[in-house]
Amino acid sequence: MMNTWIYARNLVVGLWIVFKRTFTKPVTVQYPEEQPYLPPRWRGRIVLTRDPDGEERCVACYLCSAACPVDCISLQAADNPEAHERRYPEFFRINFSRCIYCGMCEEACPTNAIQLIPDFEQSEYARRNLVYEKEDLLISGTGKYHDYNFYRMAGVRTRDKDKGEGEHELPPVDVKSLMP
Amino acid sequence: MIDWSHTALTIAVILGSCLTLAGMLIWVERRLLGVWQERYGPNRLGPGGCLQSLADMIKIFTKEDWIPPFADKAVFVITPAIVVITALMSFAVIPIAPNFVVADLNVGVLFFLAMSSLAAYSVIIGGWASNNKFAFLGSLRAIAQLLSYEVFMGISLMGAVILAGSFNLSDIVNAQQHQWFVIPQFLGFLGFFMAGLAEAHRTPFDMPEAEAELVAGYHSEYSGMKFGMFFVGEYLSILLLSAMTVILFFGGWHGPWLPPVVWFGLKMFGFIALIILIRAAWPRYRFDQLLSFGWKVVMPLALINLLVTGGVVLWRAG
Repeated sequence: MMNTWIYARNLVVGLWIVFKRTFTKPVTVQYPEEQPYLPPRWRGRIVLTRDPDGEERCVACYLCSAACPVDCISLQAADNPEAHERRYPEFFRINFSRCIYCGMCEEACPTNAIQLIPDFEQSEYARRNLVYEKEDLLISGTGKYHDYNFYRMAGVRTRDKDKGEGEHELPPVDVKSLMP
Repeated sequence: MIDWSHTALTIAVILGSCLTLAGMLIWVERRLLGVWQERYGPNRLGPGGCLQSLADMIKIFTKEDWIPPFADKAVFVITPAIVVITALMSFAVIPIAPNFVVADLNVGVLFFLAMSSLAAYSVIIGGWASNNKFAFLGSLRAIAQLLSYEVFMGISLMGAVILAGSFNLSDIVNAQQHQWFVIPQFLGFLGFFMAGLAEAHRTPFDMPEAEAELVAGYHSEYSGMKFGMFFVGEYLSILLLSAMTVILFFGGWHGPWLPPVVWFGLKMFGFIALIILIRAAWPRYRFDQLLSFGWKVVMPLALINLLVTGGVVLWRAG
């Protein structure tokens, strides 16, 4: 008999608790109209950035391709005779239908060339359109690191100067900084 | 003497509004469930999403109308029609306002009970004709549930009939001009509402179509507009349950200031919202719990209610 009353009361209490939700606001984000806030370090679409001088940062070291757990990055290195025989990617291809947006390519990149940016709107009607070539990936800006130029940081300590004190050299990066 | 033009108009209005409301109710239910689950529900098509049912209908009409090769074809095809026809037939005796009723039968209550019993057949033969084990289990459950709930549905609304002294639904409404029957007949109301939920296969008693266990119960094999008919039939029976509850226990069209039709609609919407709230809040009972609850708790209560009501009425008459 006691149990019956408890059951009956619980049913009514449950009804009331659900009814109170009438006066709360829905938690749904109405996506296409209402854009969600993406943090600056959101791992979304992958881009290839340029240094502050407007040159490609990528030195075609293949580290991103090697680090990629799903093997979605493909590139071919070449030497550029016009720029001190520096290496650059002849082609650079990312298959976004395989990419898992883990960000390991970004971690592996020694020149901060490859970066993941806060953009996830990559829907396509055909899967082949998800294969991005170099001209799709390369942007004109510097991405998250505005002042970084690999060749100016790449100096070593010699007899005459300490690291980062030569002509056209920049002081070393503070690797302990967490700022994006 | 029957005024044919008036009857024809009433039939057209009631039929049209019932089918439209049943369609809209699908959207209303999805929106209200959304409100109670802190989300939006369909809100894209039309103002507030109210044309969603139209879009669903277009989609469901363009679907393949598939009849399984192992099914009993004739019975399989005719079953969805029975669901809708029996639900719509009951609306013939529902008095929405004074003189706004298709057939003011002097056995309106019995007609309603007969039609809701006939609706049970559609479930039974629908599950049987599908020739599918899940559909069959669903219809087995439906048979047991409908048979047991039919009994005390009738008994629990007899109290209202005794108080009004008539089987005519308009008379029952008129007898509630000063006091709604829900006050003297609270047990009867609870029993009737519960039985109605079981009749309409609504949430605490929706075992026949339990999605989680039986795919979709007796209409597992149905697709396209045949499934749509089952769906519309279910919403028609929700409308019918709310309308009958309002008529039998909540004073029908009676209410101050507003016109009778508006009062009827408001009360009906209140019950529709309650039924949807119950779906949002309560879990499904186990099948044996349902049956033992029906036969061992509600049935004796309904009988006691009937006995006491009859005794009081006789004692007052002297």
